[in-house]
Amino acid sequence: MSQNNCYHCGADCGKKPIEFDERKFCCNGCKTVYEILNANELTCYYDFEASPGTIPSDIKGKYNYLETPEIIEKLLEFDDGTTSVAEFYIPSIHCSSCIWVLENLNKINNGVTTSMVNFPKKTVRITFKNSSTTLKDVVELITSIGYEPYISLDDDEGRKSTVDKTLIYQVSIAAFSFGNIMLLSFPEYFQVDEFWLEKYKHLFRYLMFVMAIPVVFYSAKDYFISAYKGLRHKILNIDVPIALGISVLFIRSSIEIMLDIGSGFFDSLAGLVFFLLLGKFFQQKTYNFLSFERDYKSYFPIAVTKINKGKEVNIAVKDIQKGDRLLIRNEELIPVDGILINGNAAINYSFVTGESLPVMKQSGDKLFAGGKQTSGAIEMEVINTIAQSYLTQLWSNDVFSKNNEKTIKNITDSISKYFTIAILLIAFFAGIFWYFYNPQMVFNVVTAVLIIACPCALALSAPFSFGNILRIFGYKKFYLRNAETIENISKIDTIIFDKTGTITSSDKAQLIYKGEDLTLKELRALKTVLRASNHPLSRTLYDFLEDEPFEESPINFEEILGKGIEATVNNLTIKLGSSSFVNAISEKTNETSIHIKINHKIKGSFTFKNSYREGTKEVFETLAKHYKLVILSGDNDGEKPYLETLLPKNTVFQFNQKPENKLNFIKKLQEKGAHVMMIGDGLNDAGALAQSNVGIAISEDVNVFSPACDAILDAKLFNKLPKFLTLSKKTISIIKASFILSFCYNLVGMSFALTGMLTPIVAAILMPLSSITIVVFVTILTNWVSKKL
Amino acid sequence: MEVVYITIGVSIVVAVFFFIVFIKSVKSGQYEDTHTPAVRMLFDDELVTEKKDKIKKVKSK
Repeated sequence: MSQNNCYHCGADCGKKPIEFDERKFCCNGCKTVYEILNANELTCYYDFEASPGTIPSDIKGKYNYLETPEIIEKLLEFDDGTTSVAEFYIPSIHCSSCIWVLENLNKINNGVTTSMVNFPKKTVRITFKNSSTTLKDVVELITSIGYEPYISLDDDEGRKSTVDKTLIYQVSIAAFSFGNIMLLSFPEYFQVDEFWLEKYKHLFRYLMFVMAIPVVFYSAKDYFISAYKGLRHKILNIDVPIALGISVLFIRSSIEIMLDIGSGFFDSLAGLVFFLLLGKFFQQKTYNFLSFERDYKSYFPIAVTKINKGKEVNIAVKDIQKGDRLLIRNEELIPVDGILINGNAAINYSFVTGESLPVMKQSGDKLFAGGKQTSGAIEMEVINTIAQSYLTQLWSNDVFSKNNEKTIKNITDSISKYFTIAILLIAFFAGIFWYFYNPQMVFNVVTAVLIIACPCALALSAPFSFGNILRIFGYKKFYLRNAETIENISKIDTIIFDKTGTITSSDKAQLIYKGEDLTLKELRALKTVLRASNHPLSRTLYDFLEDEPFEESPINFEEILGKGIEATVNNLTIKLGSSSFVNAISEKTNETSIHIKINHKIKGSFTFKNSYREGTKEVFETLAKHYKLVILSGDNDGEKPYLETLLPKNTVFQFNQKPENKLNFIKKLQEKGAHVMMIGDGLNDAGALAQSNVGIAISEDVNVFSPACDAILDAKLFNKLPKFLTLSKKTISIIKASFILSFCYNLVGMSFALTGMLTPIVAAILMPLSSITIVVFVTILTNWVSKKL
Repeated sequence: MEVVYITIGVSIVVAVFFFIVFIKSVKSGQYEDTHTPAVRMLFDDELVTEKKDKIKKVKSK
């Protein structure tokens, strides 16, 4: 770490670092956190990791709503009057120092009894005494040290049920029985004609039988349910032959031991169920810290400040009525549509559109829900309740209400149809043949065919390849919701991109200066003026200008809301702002520009331009070879000419698309038979993401923000998108190859079964062997193809 | 060889006992967060040394 970096957060301190306690800080916020930690002897925080902190945000008044009893009640997990427990999601948890400081909160606030961090989930569970502290104090405390919790409407509507652990129980029971049955069946496999073996084999057999019962009726029950459901819908899914195999195995084995014919196939049965469940378990990869279900409720505040007869009252967002007057503080989200009454509104709609450049509004202008106020407090009057707002209306569309039913046939099921029919035919003809040849063997052969044909290896190849690829993708920061997404990706033929925030980068806007060249003195004067302004546009321009400002402050500084700034520095009268303010002739009205006038002479203007993500051109060129590409943007077509030169010729452009239009556009394409992938970022893409076959959300910070989707891609990896797509396709080929391999095993097994030679020991070797080779085969291959990523 | 009944019986009882313990630990959420406890363990030492430092400081004063 270089000398000029902030001791707390590691950011560059710039020209004037704040020095405190012989350490440098980039801002007062960081210094304050250090002071708090220092005063409570928690500076160990800085020993675990270098500069672990985050800059705390301004919270004055923000958490007042946590005093409202109804809201407190909803947020607390437990409350008996003296002790309360609350769990917070804190996106900024990222290192071991974070765990340490959050678990030592009791040193700062005595009211906190314990706090426990769950690092993978990025949550902290805090227990505190009601007598000495309050929920609001606790939240303000963790916010003041840079760990702002995420409190949203989702928390308000009750917590999600705990993780379903049934599969874990099922796997463990199958594993337990598999191991023990295997041990018990070994003696008979060696066929030693010893006196004691003859004597005790019945005990061993019945023990195996008892242990197999929970495997069939508990561990394997999902296969029976799924097979039954499939048959009812007249689909022969892969679970049908599996369920058939399991039941035949169990019935034949039970008959064998009861009639004292043989030892049965209990070890094969338990092994089969165990391997199948293991595949299922492996396929389930969940990213605890991500959510693929987020809708607007996750981002909207839980409460707002209502101005009621001059008094500020906190009300829950869902209780907002038409005509209410709301106070929106700096950095707060506008929850409903309304009209600006007073204040300087600079609304950042990046959650909605991906455009991070704030939009200026004046009294009387309409404000849409979803924007974030970025300069000071404003007052607004509500014109729509939350459910009727422009943006939130989108969620009343059918796309969001339909459950994620598995309507798509997956790759395994499409094969299993033929597979099942083939097995039944083979079993039938083998039965007829043996009936005439040796009637005693009919039962033996028919059951053997059904047992050996049980497609264990076939059913395992997809889960293991998908599971492995899912893990590799997750490691590379491309997070998929589930394994089916990979299959859907491989079927895609059309890719639709949102423009702003998706192919443009939202964090840095580019500024282009047009006009007469400015001298160094003028530039420095300009920067001095900008320094005094808190306006978001001024701040962006201030950061863009590299020259150093003058030491002295500007004189006659005047900032006119929604127009511009006028000030004098070093005898230069500078006027900057909108075209009407400086009387400049503006050529294009659809661009955001700052016009500059120095000493009553118009010099030129700075225009804000979106900067496209690195590699956009290459990504489009690669993709254009295999896919139809569409740009679907909510913006005007101001940048169309530029995009046409940048992107491949056959790219389709659609501008001025409202959220519903985007959704319908995709619907129409799908009706024509296209498989559509939507790549978007903001809440306005949420409908399109849900409607598309695969919706990928691009996110600058995957922890904090992403609309509901099938996959989340870290924005920095946008240029790797084509590679991810080809890899998904390759995975499907690997699965197909492994199907062929498993058919070979089935042929070998079938030859044993048809000749009536399938003994328990053959099944006990063949079944695990085929399963394990398939697993090894797909794992090695998927790792090999993804090496190039 | 009647001892087989006892040995098999004991082995199954032991196996079932461990199985129940395992299920209980899953239920209690022991495997839900495998990262934080590993880090937390290291902090116990840190707190102790910090306290020692404090004592030393007090003494030296």
